[in-house]
Amino acid sequence: MNVRLSTPRRLAAIAVALSMALPSLTACGDDSSDTPADANAPVTLTWWHNGQQDPALGVWQSVADQYHKDHPNVTFKVEPAQNEALKTKISVALQSPNPPSIFQQWGGGALATQVESGKIMDMTEQVKPWIGELGQAATGWQVEGKQYGIPYDLHVVGFWYRKDLFEQAGIAAPPKTMTELNDAVAKLKAKNITPISIGSKDKWPDAFWWSYFAIRECSTDTVKATVKNLKMDDPCWVKAGEDLKAFLATNPFQNAFLGTPAQQGAGSSAGLVANGKAAMELQGDWELPTMIPLTEDKQFASKLSWFPFPTIEGGKGTPGTALGGGDGFSCAVKAGPACADFLKYIASTDVQTKLVQTNTATLPSNPKAISAIQDPSLKTVQEYLNSAPYIQVYFDQALPTSVGQALNDAVADFFAGKGSPQGIVDAFTKAVANK
Amino acid sequence: MTQSGGIAVAAAPPARAGRAASRPARRPGGRRAKRLELALLLTPALVLFVGFVLLPIAAAVYYSFYKWTGFSPRTWFGLGNYSRVLEDEVFLHSLLHNIVIAVLSVVIQLPLSIGIALLLNGRIKGRAALRLIVFAPYVLSEAITAVVWLLMLQPDGLVDQIFKAAGLGGVIQDWLADGDLVLYTLFVVITWKYLGFGIILLLAGLQSIPPELREAASTDGATAWQTTRSIVLPLLGPTIRIWIFLSIIGSLQLFDLVWIMTLGGPANASSTMATYLLDHGFSRYEFGYGSAVAVVLFAVCFVFALIYQRFALRRDTEGALTRIVE
Repeated sequence: MNVRLSTPRRLAAIAVALSMALPSLTACGDDSSDTPADANAPVTLTWWHNGQQDPALGVWQSVADQYHKDHPNVTFKVEPAQNEALKTKISVALQSPNPPSIFQQWGGGALATQVESGKIMDMTEQVKPWIGELGQAATGWQVEGKQYGIPYDLHVVGFWYRKDLFEQAGIAAPPKTMTELNDAVAKLKAKNITPISIGSKDKWPDAFWWSYFAIRECSTDTVKATVKNLKMDDPCWVKAGEDLKAFLATNPFQNAFLGTPAQQGAGSSAGLVANGKAAMELQGDWELPTMIPLTEDKQFASKLSWFPFPTIEGGKGTPGTALGGGDGFSCAVKAGPACADFLKYIASTDVQTKLVQTNTATLPSNPKAISAIQDPSLKTVQEYLNSAPYIQVYFDQALPTSVGQALNDAVADFFAGKGSPQGIVDAFTKAVANK
Repeated sequence: MTQSGGIAVAAAPPARAGRAASRPARRPGGRRAKRLELALLLTPALVLFVGFVLLPIAAAVYYSFYKWTGFSPRTWFGLGNYSRVLEDEVFLHSLLHNIVIAVLSVVIQLPLSIGIALLLNGRIKGRAALRLIVFAPYVLSEAITAVVWLLMLQPDGLVDQIFKAAGLGGVIQDWLADGDLVLYTLFVVITWKYLGFGIILLLAGLQSIPPELREAASTDGATAWQTTRSIVLPLLGPTIRIWIFLSIIGSLQLFDLVWIMTLGGPANASSTMATYLLDHGFSRYEFGYGSAVAVVLFAVCFVFALIYQRFALRRDTEGALTRIVE
């Protein structure tokens, strides 16, 4: 550009530029009020959650409305978003000066990564009087012994299966060992029924399989040590990959499973089971509500039941160890004490019961709301969760985010026929080194 | 935006009035007025360009020298991120996928576009309707295209059904699940979506060719093929060159369609530089590394754009660029 301006004019131009730029700068600067010192001062809480559709959408709104009614000084700005989009939004917001006051939090290593931002509220003191009610569950939302979030529900991964298809194939009881599972797969195949559906497009369902083989092969101490020290030096991790390799060789999944999404549409892995096109799926307890919009069959839930991941002969894992996690919320430091109090309200028996009754949560974090579970298979899931000696949070959540995602990718590659059992361990080690 | 514009206009009148009173001769004042006008007209765009293009690029370059989760304190990493990017097999494969799409676009889409454009330029029945149909896919957003095709390409979905109905059941493949095939499946969808754009662009180019030239050629006894080859195509050159430019840049930045249809899978068989960037920068909270990937992506596009401008587009843009005052 060849426009040369004399100094005063240049200054004038800059002034004009600034006068235009400044309003927009201040607009995206500090628009929320500062931390209120007084607990009764009016405060507006921005709330980001992933309940973008009913029932969750309506239920969370009613929870906010009720809390506002009881505490008129607290008003809410509820902003739901689709799960994956929400994750991206949160990671960006935590880098800005104004993260949302309350946001979805899955705990574990990802929470630890987020805590480094210094923008997540340490609510240890405030929740001390009541956090014990949630039992072990709350520890997943701690980082170095400090409480940075409160769960509102818990998750367990296991097999959802079609009772009708099992009957057709002549499978008397759900498999308890790996041998029995292989046997069931063979029987289903003999009847031309797709034994197992999987949503490999999304990668994380693949990780469930590898993770379960790992917690069956590795002792609880080994698993805990690996998550803590980030060293996969025990041979059991490679053994897990070998077990998986042997299982994949039986070709138990639906056609073209590498392109199948987990939850979108009737052709998704959840949809296949809901519509009776596959007999089993290794998924979280959330599958039941996930399946509702994916099938015309209103009675599908009564045709389903649940069994835990089978034991592996010779594995060192403590029997009954489960893979799981949960959903919760964290508060921004700026949100003030009202936020932690609101999370206490969400964890209360009343709200928890409502969450279960409306299918917003399948397994409540507050044990007092367990009695509200109606579905017989979900009761089975809840009992398994209660009796589990140890619950390993999904590795992609338990490990630092970059390591967890690298592990997911390596397992997904393995499902696509690339890599080796040792390769998965190597990918983990490499990601740790790059951290 | 509108608010900013208002301020700019409000600031203008006093300056203009003051100068109008003091200026004796027309010429220098006119020049100053022109400068002021330019400053006023350019500033809003310039501010936006600096704020939303140049600053983010600078920030990405800055972050790319650090190890940074986005939350942690930044630790200096020098060129470490770059050597990691350039050594990463998955990234190099992603780059290769971009190049494959770019080459296929030029080799397959261009002749197709030219052919159909020539056809639609002739006097045929239902020309307007045909043009509309050809252009329709381009109007759809990439996300909608992706979702529609994702559903159609499901195992036993519409595409498979059509093949079966036509007695071609043997042709059916795992369109999106076969690592060796998925990139080409995506290319078909991309072609479906963007063919219309090329055709419309070329049609516009064809309309600007004076009919007298064709008439003269046919008077001289040239066949239709000779006219097309020696008159039409050379005159279509600038349009073709700009289409190639847009197409290659688009291929290098390919993202939405791939992300929705395959998430770059299976096993990164359809990943592009942009999906790799999102996967690492955001999903893994590696913002330093992600920034380095972004800088590399930017550099690839920028270098291509410069070379192409210099060697292919220069003739076309020369004279078209307006000289700024003085």
